[in-house]
Amino acid sequence: MPSITYIEHSGTEHRIEVPTGRSVMQGAVDNNLPGIDADCGGECACATCHVYVDPAWLAKTGTPGEQEASMLNFAATAEPNSRLSCQIEVSEALDGLTVRLPEAQH
Amino acid sequence: MNAPVQLDHAEIAATTPLDKLDVSDPALFRDDVWYPYFRRLRRDAPVHYCAESMFGPYWSITTYKDIVQAELAHKVFSSDSSLGGITIRDRQKDLRLPMFIAMDPPRHDEQRKAVQPIVAPGNLAKLEHIIRARVCEILDELPRNETFNWVDKVSIELTVSMLATLFDLPQEDRRKLSYWSDCATALPMPGGIIENEAQREAAFAEMLAYFTTLWNARVNAEPRPDLVSMLAHAPATRDMSPREFMGNLVLLIVGGNDTTRNSISGGMLFLNQFPEEYAKLRANPALIETMVPEIIRYQTPLSHMRRTATADVEFAGQKIRAGDKVVMWYISGNRDDTAIEEPDRFIIDRPRPRQHLSFGFGIHRCVGNRLAEMQLKILWEEILKRFDRIEVVGPEQRVYSTFVHGITELPVRIPG
Repeated sequence: MPSITYIEHSGTEHRIEVPTGRSVMQGAVDNNLPGIDADCGGECACATCHVYVDPAWLAKTGTPGEQEASMLNFAATAEPNSRLSCQIEVSEALDGLTVRLPEAQH
Repeated sequence: MNAPVQLDHAEIAATTPLDKLDVSDPALFRDDVWYPYFRRLRRDAPVHYCAESMFGPYWSITTYKDIVQAELAHKVFSSDSSLGGITIRDRQKDLRLPMFIAMDPPRHDEQRKAVQPIVAPGNLAKLEHIIRARVCEILDELPRNETFNWVDKVSIELTVSMLATLFDLPQEDRRKLSYWSDCATALPMPGGIIENEAQREAAFAEMLAYFTTLWNARVNAEPRPDLVSMLAHAPATRDMSPREFMGNLVLLIVGGNDTTRNSISGGMLFLNQFPEEYAKLRANPALIETMVPEIIRYQTPLSHMRRTATADVEFAGQKIRAGDKVVMWYISGNRDDTAIEEPDRFIIDRPRPRQHLSFGFGIHRCVGNRLAEMQLKILWEEILKRFDRIEVVGPEQRVYSTFVHGITELPVRIPG
């Protein structure tokens, strides 16, 4: 099972095995990880599962689609490597992925 | 209940022919009897056309899932003020106000970003101290062993005080904000806060004059972290027309007033309606964290948002035509048992309590959501430190409105 590392804003790291086909957001929520709210439940309709993708992984996670980009546009702390984690599907290719969590989710 | 006769609303909701069902009557909300009507629609006609109402023909979207999808379809479901904007009631064409909630991309995105910094994490942290100080002052002045209106003494006081801080205007002017907010959302009627549209326009003109003075002072000064300064300096808003400035002021004032006010009132009411939840809270104040979003869901301070179809579209099996009015009933989606377990119960320790529709979803999602939650959180922390219980001692009075789902009077008493 692919392993994803989530780093909280405080620096605390969580290494979690997430089944392929789940999203990076679901991996966090299934394990009650603090710092990912996912208010809309994965519809790309809020921006509360915002993560920063480790730049080394950006080529593999891909870039935001149109709807995701418009939601990220309103995230107060968005950076060029920002993604909504509900839109990143876990696959074997993402085994070892690291994402950092923002200071707060809006 | 203001009606002279007790109507059996469950019976009426169950037996009215579907094509005659109209959920837009403001009396349904004033009398708090809307539940069975929306339950019927969710079950029998989740996307429903009402051909005749006091607001003209409109579509209702009533299930949680469909509302989220409608929010995402902003290209075909427009918010633009020139088409009618975001509430079920159409203002006459020449009185429609442009404001960023009632715009589509790209202008919506540009103007919204101008005020976004007010709720950035850093600014929220600064505001927390100011809110707490104000909450303490308000609570410490409350009378004991005496009946008073919680809405006036706490809900309105706290929200206008906060909003005065966000605009950086003198605290002694704070009640002007609730007055303008109430003028903005009221249905004109004899004896009401406004009796006709001319009175509403007069209140708006007074508001515009007041804020233009602030604007003029701040546009020539260094940018500061208040809403007027932000609007005066941001490239997307600094050249706004007076009507657009007026519209955005209405948006920020109503957005910061009615919603939080009615969640503050609702929370007090719900804890009294569900004493076992109040007991749970007293035993474990840490539950404030999950109670706050549950209050916001259970109250649903804005019953709906409206869109206008810009093209013929098939939505959830129904054919919606270009120009049709489409109403997303948050108040219904938040009681949809296919999305939320036991939705008619107020449960302060729900799992995933932030999954609710009160803030909307998609690009128009409430910009102040975390600030609103913070105000409620601080209020309840300070209430629990001071008062063992606050008792609701009489029936509440509700707003006659299809849009603002609010409480005007909540008689309470603090034993002590």
